Formats: sequence, C-alpha cells, structure tokens
Amino acid sequence: MARIIGGLGTSHVPAIGAAIAAGRQQEPYWKPFFDGYEAVRAWLGRERPDVVVAFYNDHGLNFFLDKMPTFAVGAAAQYRNADEGWGLPAQKPFRGDPGLSWHLIEALVADEFDVTTCQEMAVDHAFTVPMSLMWPGGADWPVRVVPIAINTVQHPLPSPARCFKLGRAVGRAIESYEEDTNVLVVGSGGLSHQLDGARAGFINKPFDLMCLEKLQSDPEMLARYSIAELVELAGTQGVELVNWLAMRGALNGEVSKIHGNYHIPISNTASGVLLLENRPLSAIAA
Amino acid sequence: MTVATSHDIAGTTLFDGAMAQKGYALNRMCFSFNDAANRAAFLKDEDAYCAKFGLGEEQRAAVRRRSVLEMIAAGGNIYYLAKLAGIFGFNVQDVGAQQTGVSVEAFKARLAAAGR
Repeated sequence: MARIIGGLGTSHVPAIGAAIAAGRQQEPYWKPFFDGYEAVRAWLGRERPDVVVAFYNDHGLNFFLDKMPTFAVGAAAQYRNADEGWGLPAQKPFRGDPGLSWHLIEALVADEFDVTTCQEMAVDHAFTVPMSLMWPGGADWPVRVVPIAINTVQHPLPSPARCFKLGRAVGRAIESYEEDTNVLVVGSGGLSHQLDGARAGFINKPFDLMCLEKLQSDPEMLARYSIAELVELAGTQGVELVNWLAMRGALNGEVSKIHGNYHIPISNTASGVLLLENRPLSAIAA
Repeated sequence: MTVATSHDIAGTTLFDGAMAQKGYALNRMCFSFNDAANRAAFLKDEDAYCAKFGLGEEQRAAVRRRSVLEMIAAGGNIYYLAKLAGIFGFNVQDVGAQQTGVSVEAFKARLAAAGR
C-alpha cells in the first residue's frame, strides 16, 4: 500500500529559480533562505520518497483565463517546464505517475471534487522551484510526480476549508492506492505577500508565524478563514496558503514537525519552509 | 448571502469575474509573452501588437505610460502583467516601487523592515 511519509510547505518565488541558475546561494541576501533547506535535503536523503504529489498554483504558463479550472490534476506520463516570459532556462522534464494520477482522479470525483484532468500539463515555477530546492544540482529527478493545480488567479477562489478538504480527500486516496509507494506531499506558495496595487509589498510577519505553528497543531483553525480575510491578512498573493492547507489536509496520521525556517524578504515575499513528518495511524496501531 | 470583496482593503483589487471580462484582451496579450518571438514582435511594433490583441484605449494608454496601477484598473492581472513588466526590464521590486510611489531602494527597505 502507498504511505504518506510527510508534507513540505515551501515558498516558490521565480527569483529563487534565477538565484539557483546563477549560483547565488551563498550570497548574504540568499544564504538565510537556502540554509533553510539543508535539513529538508537530509531528511529526503534518509526517507527517499518515490512520488511527490504537489499542490501548487499556475501563474499563466499552462492555464489562461479562457479556461480556468478550480482544481486540476495532472495525468501525464511527463510534465514539461517552459519559458514563463522571462527567458529563464527550462528545467528537465518530470516523470509522471499516470497510475497514481488516475487513482486520485477516480477517488476525488467519487468524493464529489469535480476536477479537471490534464494529460498534458506545463508546470511553472510554483512547481519547479520546490523541486529544485529539494533536489538541487540539475541531475535527473529521483521521484515521479503528480501536480495538482489550485486556482489562485481568478476569483472566486476555492475557500481555505474547501482546499483543506481536497487535501483530506487526496490523503485518503493515496492511502488506498495498492502500489507499495512512499509519497511526499508538497504545498507550494506564500507566505504573506502582495505584488499588485498600492498595497504592494504588504507583509504580515505575526500572521505568518502563527500560520507556521497552526499548520502543525491546528490546521482546522486556519481553514476557517475566508479568502477575503486571507487577502487582508496575507496579501493578494498570500492566498497561496491554500496550497499549504491542502498539503496539511493530506497528512491523515500523527504529524510531527521536522524542520521550519522563515525569512523576510525574498523578492517581495515573506518566505517559509515547513517539513512535517506523517506517521500513518495504521502504523501506530500496529 | 453576501460575497466578501476586497473593496474594504485599501490599495487592493480582487481579480474577479468583472475584472476578468474587462481585462481579457490585455491579459491575453500578456499571456502571449510566454513566447520569446512574441516578446520580440511587441518590442518591434508596440502599437501594432496591442491592436492585434484588441486592447481598448484605456489599456493602450496604460501600456504606453508603463503604468502598472492603470493596467490593473483596466483589468490587468498581475500574474500576466508580470510578463509585460519583464519586457520593460522591470523586476517585482521595480513594479512594487512604481505602484507605491517610492524609490526602489525605499521599497526594498520597507520589505526588509517587515522582517524585523
């Protein structure tokens, strides 16, 4: 049976990808951020997940406003990265896991989540930056992937409660998958930031620190916010917290914090990383 | 049931259905900039490129003035506008500084201060 070994929440700013491409990890501006991933990589080296299921938001690479799905599940054998408008080098393609993808799609639709299925899907920096942070160096990716895109572009957005429930449903579906597979769930985005309007540059450190704590101890509390409240408290792009909530929802077992880091600013963003280990309840009972 | 909006959050526009309709042509043009050849075509003849995508006068004027706030008022969405800003050589700090009416250095200092 498949097991969810943990969840990782991480920021995904495009500038991180540019800094990696330019080898700036040790510069004073970047070091406090990149140092936050050493413990993550050590844990990954020990636990060796087979598959990454990643909740992220597309920023106008794969989806446009002509057709905007609320929830879209990747069902491809391979996912490609591409130029998002800035000419950054594209990442190596990612190997998919169509068997797990279709299992998730069947389970989610049975669970009343009417998802869009994507047999072709370009993945942008919100997917590739977390992967590059986890496995730097440009070698072939050591995992298969299933990207799940959540609309954070065009309102109405799915509520935090809905995204948390989506995560719960994904978690149940993974644990009902018959293949012997270790799964890491990723939530990509945030933390607080606003790129647009006269309120650009808004950052809310107390709110972010509270979220990092509650994501482990009481995610239901965070799931009670409305989208409008999240915009007010975390900024228009801080709503990417819904990706972290979906990740946390998938962790159905006993959850313990392995590592966390918080740093301001990276680009215009309060950046965060949080690694949670998930011990399935069945394993605890045994 | 009333749907919460961002009207009460100063300096913030929620990109909802009304804005998505209003800004469609502008955002569609920006979406085309994922392709380097389209970025080059825009730079070669900006007016012709805007006309090809059917931008309205308010949108054309905002693009001409390089005014991000005016582009947002005209229905632009920041995720798509970022691709246009890249063509102008603006990064997100430049865009933030322009929208908040401060220098780029002051904008960066404000971000850094939020971490203390």
